[in-house]
Amino acid sequence: MITIIDYGMGNLGSVQNMFKYLGIPSIITGDLGELAKAQKILLPGVGAFDNAMISLNQKGFRELLDHKALVEKVPVLGICLGMQLLTRGSEEGKLPGLNYIPADTVRFPKTAGIKVPHMGWNRVVFSTPSVLTKDLPEESRFYFVHSFRVNVDDENNSILKADYGIRFDAAIQKENIFGAQFHPEKSHKFGMHLLKNFASI
Amino acid sequence: MLKTRIIPVLLLRNEALVKTVNFNNAAYIGDPINTVRIFNELEVDELVFLDITATNEKRQPNLKILYEISNECFMPLGYGGGLQDFDTVKSIFSIGFEKVILNSVTHSQPSFVTRVAEHFGNQAVVASIDVKKSFWGKHEVYTKSRQKNTKKDPVQWALELEDLGAGEIILTSIDKEGTWSGFDIGLIKKVTDAVSIPVIAHGGAGTLQHIIDVVKEGRASAVGLGSMVVYQQKGMGVLVNFPDKQQLEYQLT
Repeated sequence: MITIIDYGMGNLGSVQNMFKYLGIPSIITGDLGELAKAQKILLPGVGAFDNAMISLNQKGFRELLDHKALVEKVPVLGICLGMQLLTRGSEEGKLPGLNYIPADTVRFPKTAGIKVPHMGWNRVVFSTPSVLTKDLPEESRFYFVHSFRVNVDDENNSILKADYGIRFDAAIQKENIFGAQFHPEKSHKFGMHLLKNFASI
Repeated sequence: MLKTRIIPVLLLRNEALVKTVNFNNAAYIGDPINTVRIFNELEVDELVFLDITATNEKRQPNLKILYEISNECFMPLGYGGGLQDFDTVKSIFSIGFEKVILNSVTHSQPSFVTRVAEHFGNQAVVASIDVKKSFWGKHEVYTKSRQKNTKKDPVQWALELEDLGAGEIILTSIDKEGTWSGFDIGLIKKVTDAVSIPVIAHGGAGTLQHIIDVVKEGRASAVGLGSMVVYQQKGMGVLVNFPDKQQLEYQLT
């Protein structure tokens, strides 16, 4: 069972649609009781960094999430903004992030011919091997929509990279914590492969 | 480098999939759900749905059909048609679409673009601009499925929509739509030169070369295909298909 966290940010229906298609049970919930029982957590997110952190920092919720991720060590997958929230913080906002993975979320550098947001399909390249990217085809491509990018401190925490004016971390991992900058739920069979990998951890 | 998005633009008339020529003579194509299944199999980059009669019939979007579509499709989805109020826009997002396409409301209530963009992010708001050449060859912005000439200049209007918060523009040539005769590259180029947001060129695609030309000469960020993906060839029967992706990718990079 995958617990998709509803904290008022983003398109939860499409993530659940893909799990349904894959035959993987999932629930969408913002309830503390449900979160306490979670065996695997999916943290989606579309929108502004600070708004998301304000929702996550609500009393009781943040403590429980930290406990699940850092003490119980259940697998957590952050998608898009959800991945950026796993870092120390973002140039998009003022609030600190969850700080589960040593990394920063920064702007794309201004480069001629490079429009921000980075929106569309892009190829990825493998960096550190991970259970999340296991057996993913070489020519995998994913759908991205983002204006900020993640930059890990330690290359061991980078599992996929992509190029858009600059090479950036497209997927990250530290122990049980995973992040994907792209939208697997909108990336055809490549996204299905990745979500299936997450479900079978 | 980023792949240029090639996007089937599918026209709905409530529950039916149709195709027009110059925004007229809607011909029945088939059932939208069966069609999207094929595009899903073909792993197309993105899909756009436009309900071309919702606004003029003062009708709400057909959420039931859209919900079924989003259950079948694992690619980015955009919807336009009859979006006039915030709650309806919200319901489009909640069923799994990530972009709304606004046209009539951008003229009647420009601040609506800003409101949606502030709430759901700029990337979620696509402004649709329909353009027709006047008798004297001047490009003018039309709305309400070509029923109303706003007399606006497409470049000025595109810049205004960008300022209002639109994250993307779908630019359709009414003169070219459904004709298989190539894009209005002059129109596309003057808009892409002016704005800094992505522009989807739409209207006129008939061959692979047309697609390549509008990307290379018109500097379109993405290309919308209509007739090409629902008909076998010009004047021939319905065939849901997609151009050879490897060839496209090879020619576009």
